Amino acid sequence: MSDDEASKRPGVLATVFAPAKGLLEEVGTLADLAFHAVLWGARPPYRVSLVVTQMEFVGVQSIFLVGLVGLFTGMVFAVQTVYGFRRFGAENMVGGVVALTLSREMAPVLTAIMVAARAGSGMAAELGNMRSSEQIDALETMAVNPVQYLVVPRILAGIVMVPVLALVFFLIGIGGSWAIGVWGMSLDPGIFADRIKTMLVPADLTQGLIKALVFGFTVTLIACRHGYYASGGAVGVGQATTRAVVWSVVAVFLIDYVITSMLTTV
Amino acid sequence: MLDSTDAHVVVEGLVKRYGDRTILHGLDMTIGRAETLVVIGGSGAGKSTLVRHLIALERPTAGRIVIDGTDIASLSDVQLAKARRRFGMVFQKYALFDSMSVFDNVAFPLREQTKLSERDIREKAMTKLKELGVDHAASLMPSQISGGMAKRVGIARALVMEPELLIYDEPTSGLDPVTSRTVDALIEEMRERFGVTSVVITHDMVSAFDIADRIAMLIKGRVVALGSPAEVLAVDNADVQGFISSSGVDVKRFEHRGNRKTAAELAARARERKAGRAE
Repeated sequence: MSDDEASKRPGVLATVFAPAKGLLEEVGTLADLAFHAVLWGARPPYRVSLVVTQMEFVGVQSIFLVGLVGLFTGMVFAVQTVYGFRRFGAENMVGGVVALTLSREMAPVLTAIMVAARAGSGMAAELGNMRSSEQIDALETMAVNPVQYLVVPRILAGIVMVPVLALVFFLIGIGGSWAIGVWGMSLDPGIFADRIKTMLVPADLTQGLIKALVFGFTVTLIACRHGYYASGGAVGVGQATTRAVVWSVVAVFLIDYVITSMLTTV
Repeated sequence: MLDSTDAHVVVEGLVKRYGDRTILHGLDMTIGRAETLVVIGGSGAGKSTLVRHLIALERPTAGRIVIDGTDIASLSDVQLAKARRRFGMVFQKYALFDSMSVFDNVAFPLREQTKLSERDIREKAMTKLKELGVDHAASLMPSQISGGMAKRVGIARALVMEPELLIYDEPTSGLDPVTSRTVDALIEEMRERFGVTSVVITHDMVSAFDIADRIAMLIKGRVVALGSPAEVLAVDNADVQGFISSSGVDVKRFEHRGNRKTAAELAARARERKAGRAE
């Protein structure tokens, strides 16, 4: 190897810290996009029809999927908790435990993952395609700020619709667990409902909704970031879509831990 | 050489680097008001990068782009958005919005930048579509029309706002020869009727020599020839001569340009019209 080639090789320190540097750059890009989204979101014109269109895409079009996942999650959870709690005669607690778990964790987290998989991937692909076909440049040349026109409505839709979807997930999940617990596993319906009433407090639902709101913001921001800055034609758009989903899911679990730690006193 | 009062766009020492790669090596050029400057050069010469700087889609690594006396790289986002209302651009890949019909694509800049009634917007957009011969496709989506039609719709969208500075990135690529000449005629018409300053990137040498007041030839990010078509033809540079001769352009075509109004005449007329509007 020549001296010239050797000099072009990255040093050991650069290699070791490259992932950390990449992560910092990614956070920086996300923060910059979020800042511009807030800035341009506050400025007129307010494009209500675009927000409504995105709410329809993120929310209405996801309801069936989220409801289905919520139903099966509630059903599975009922089966597992009855199985576990019967070992020490505590199956009367099933309703309350299922409600707590769904409201605080399962509903916001699984809803956010469903939204990332369905709407987030769609957003990243659409924006990536708009970038590669110069549609985003065209918006700029027509004096329309692309962040205001494309990113702000998507993030607003995420912030509004993910909590709504999480609530739908929770209610259908409770319904599914009640159906399996009462009809399938002979639990007393009165006790099931009573345990939900006594164990579930408003703070549990609030925590779930706060998480869902933050996840809605995060998932749509990450999807927009990867689509908006996509490069490299069809291959680049495909990679951007994959990255959007993967990083959204990772971010949801990371933020879930942070919020849970902040809002939970043991 | 242009008089400084006639200068619409001034490019000073424009350098663009992406990492270690230098795309533009200190370009200097002045584009006069109501002038049509055609930029030619091989692939990778930096033509598209140059025009993206003219409309502030890229920020220079060094140097300045001065339009109407304002350095556009120094403008804030809001100021730039205002300045861009006077620009128009025809994109190489059409850049039509997939989610809108052909009509809505052309009406989009009118809806965004003017307070015209929906009836006036419809009239203006349909007139422009008709001029380009694509009015029958108004209700279709961009995915339902051919590449040539999409190109014409892209041109209609750029022209509908009657901008002062129009940038065309390969306006005739992918079009048949007859439509290409229609597009050339439209570029000429915009110049003649509205005193529009045009910057045209093209590989179509017939188009270049038909519509250009001046031609700039770029090779590897440097201007190697800049002047009237006749001056560029006479440049003593093997690369320039090789590029032109391999295109097979017919020099005799210039004989048909005798009645063409000069950029200075058109600029004066445009100034008068602007002053009239201000009153």
